[in-house]
Amino acid sequence: MEPHPPPPAPARRNFLAQAAAAVIGAITLVIPAASGLLVLLDPLRRKPAGGGAVFVANLAAVPAGGEPRKFPVLATRVDAWNRTPDVPVGAVYLQRLPDGGVRALNVACPHAGCFVDYKAARDNFHCPCHNSSFALDGRVLDPKSPSPRPLDSLETEVRGGTEVWVRFRNFRAGVHEKIPV
Amino acid sequence: MKPLDWLDQRTGYRKLAHEVLFENVPGGARWRYVWGSTLVFCFVLQVITGIALWFAYSPSSQTAWESVYYIQHEMWGGWFLRGLHHYTAQAMTVLLAVHLMQVVIDGAYKAPREFNFWSGIFLLCLTLGLSLTGYLLPWDQKGYWATRVATNILAITPFVGPELQQLVVGGADYGHHTLTRFFALHAGVIPGAIILFIVAHIYFFRRHGLTPKEPRRRPDAAFWPDQVLRDAVACLAVLAVVVFLVVRNRGAELGAPADPSEPFPAARPEWYFLFLFEFLKYFPGGTEVWGAIVIPGLLMALLAAMPFIGNWRLGHRFNVAFLWIVLAGSGWLTWLALAEDRANPDHAIAVAAAQREAQRVVELARSPAGIPATGAVTLLRQDPLTQGPKLFARHCASCHRFDGHDGLGGQPKDAASAADLKGFASREWLAGLLDPARVATPHYFGGTKFKNGKMVKYVREDVAEYGPEDRKLLEFTIAALSAEAGLKAQRDIDRRDEALIVQGREALVGPRMNCADCHVFRGTGDAVGPELTGYGSREWLVAFIGNAAHPRFYGERNDRMPLFGEDKVITPGELGLIVDWLRGEWFVPPPAATR
Repeated sequence: MEPHPPPPAPARRNFLAQAAAAVIGAITLVIPAASGLLVLLDPLRRKPAGGGAVFVANLAAVPAGGEPRKFPVLATRVDAWNRTPDVPVGAVYLQRLPDGGVRALNVACPHAGCFVDYKAARDNFHCPCHNSSFALDGRVLDPKSPSPRPLDSLETEVRGGTEVWVRFRNFRAGVHEKIPV
Repeated sequence: MKPLDWLDQRTGYRKLAHEVLFENVPGGARWRYVWGSTLVFCFVLQVITGIALWFAYSPSSQTAWESVYYIQHEMWGGWFLRGLHHYTAQAMTVLLAVHLMQVVIDGAYKAPREFNFWSGIFLLCLTLGLSLTGYLLPWDQKGYWATRVATNILAITPFVGPELQQLVVGGADYGHHTLTRFFALHAGVIPGAIILFIVAHIYFFRRHGLTPKEPRRRPDAAFWPDQVLRDAVACLAVLAVVVFLVVRNRGAELGAPADPSEPFPAARPEWYFLFLFEFLKYFPGGTEVWGAIVIPGLLMALLAAMPFIGNWRLGHRFNVAFLWIVLAGSGWLTWLALAEDRANPDHAIAVAAAQREAQRVVELARSPAGIPATGAVTLLRQDPLTQGPKLFARHCASCHRFDGHDGLGGQPKDAASAADLKGFASREWLAGLLDPARVATPHYFGGTKFKNGKMVKYVREDVAEYGPEDRKLLEFTIAALSAEAGLKAQRDIDRRDEALIVQGREALVGPRMNCADCHVFRGTGDAVGPELTGYGSREWLVAFIGNAAHPRFYGERNDRMPLFGEDKVITPGELGLIVDWLRGEWFVPPPAATR
């Protein structure tokens, strides 16, 4: 390989050229980078669909004895460009209360989002992932449970004396406060 | 000029090849230097298999599982390719740990090799990032739920957690954009970064040379050929282990397609993250950030500080001890996690159920109907064999049983108070109902108010005294009544006994059996008990479960049976699934030989 001749040292009056090269170089990179970043950040402005009350079950389907029963929540699911009506978007445990009302608990564990199970033998809820346990009203049972708060209760309404409607939402996992996502 | 000289003159390849192959190995070639090369080999293997998988993979929530299923079960050697990619990823994690241990024990992290060490730590993190992102891509239940947990943990990062989670997930919920993002990270961003850092890592390595393990037993030698041979043998050994695992396990596992409404109690992270999973169980509510972020972060910081710690008098020993302790601690936590799951019968049930669904969805995907455009998740949602037991457990099992359990193998809180419905309307089931010894047991009417009703009385008094001829007639009657159901399982015997069934139909309304005294059969008889025309058929069961208090069935005498259809307790679709499941009507794959 033939040796390259060394370049002459830049003269001081070349400052303008150096600055211009740096600025132009930066501009050529900033525009594609910024346009890419904008699309990359787009999910930050996406809000979850729903939040309105949805019909979950008939009152007749909820056991009279107060035992919780799990029901899927059907709603319109929006997945980016797809909009699908009447598909399961989550699930709730419904329980009849002595005052005739219905309690609804989101099945997602407030710790990390696994679905809790109702354990008939122990009459409580248990999370199969990190062993949090909850009483029937959603309270944390075992103080060692990793869950930072009780199961998330949801607003319910019994319409016409027969239909249970639930304002279904999910809440941020892993924090003490119940913050809707 | 000879062609090769010309090539060298234009490209300088000889000097480059010399640089690459004739690196000095102080003290000669040794087996302990092979780990870095095995990792490069694994990475190259992952790039090759990954690109091949890329040609067939489609990241969206309706096509990800489906395309992986197609690779796994339909494409030539797809299971082997996917298996190679899967198990090499695991081998890489193990080799990373070994390489790190070897580097630290041999003191290769100390000055002037700080940047070599740090670039290695960064490569370790990037490789774990590949595992985390790759786990989701098949979009099966396992990957989906493990990723939900992992990204929920990300959300507790101080200050930016929720925004970070939303960026990674690609919106407020898991879906198409979760997959497109994970895929872009998995196949583009992270491998690109790994290539850059491998180049930097090897550059730093070459700049400061290999750290020899003292004492040097032999004179210095060139990298080529002795060390290259050892490296090649080690790579071959790694490949052999991977191929063994692939063949033994028939490739990588593919679970049932992700379903956000279907819980997955068997959710566990990949085995090398189990220690973190177990670690989190020890942090009570609200302190999770310590277990998930602060402590692992501190451990990583300590790892990165090793080159400085190593300068102190006892620093090197501290570093080696620290690594052994972290490794032993992780091993202990992994063992605890495995032991806890082994001792937990619920987990075993959950794993078995997950395997059943994974197998079932493949049967359905291979059925003539195939996978619809809505994705494979609809196959399971509309499959009586999958949904029937769940719906039975939810709606029927507080009174009824199925073969003694709640449909899913569990036991409800209250004792059975209505009939066991396994084999409902089959000859066997009816023979039990018409058996004086069994009719009043909890298996049939024992738990209901009909325990002392007309039917029980008729069986216990009249049937009990039947002579041999009447018994024969009863058998025909049972065959005829059972034939009304048109059960799939009895198709052959129904056809075989056609003549006998005709006699049975006559007997049903005839004077000896005299069912028509209380039941309507094909237009004859009194509607006291349930109608027997089409007894146990799909139409009959849908109507019966829909409204048992209809005059056609129990009328006003209905005993606690909810009016499932009339009161809209369940949807018509769910009702159909329960009925089809009770009747044994679901897709059964043909025997393998005829496929």
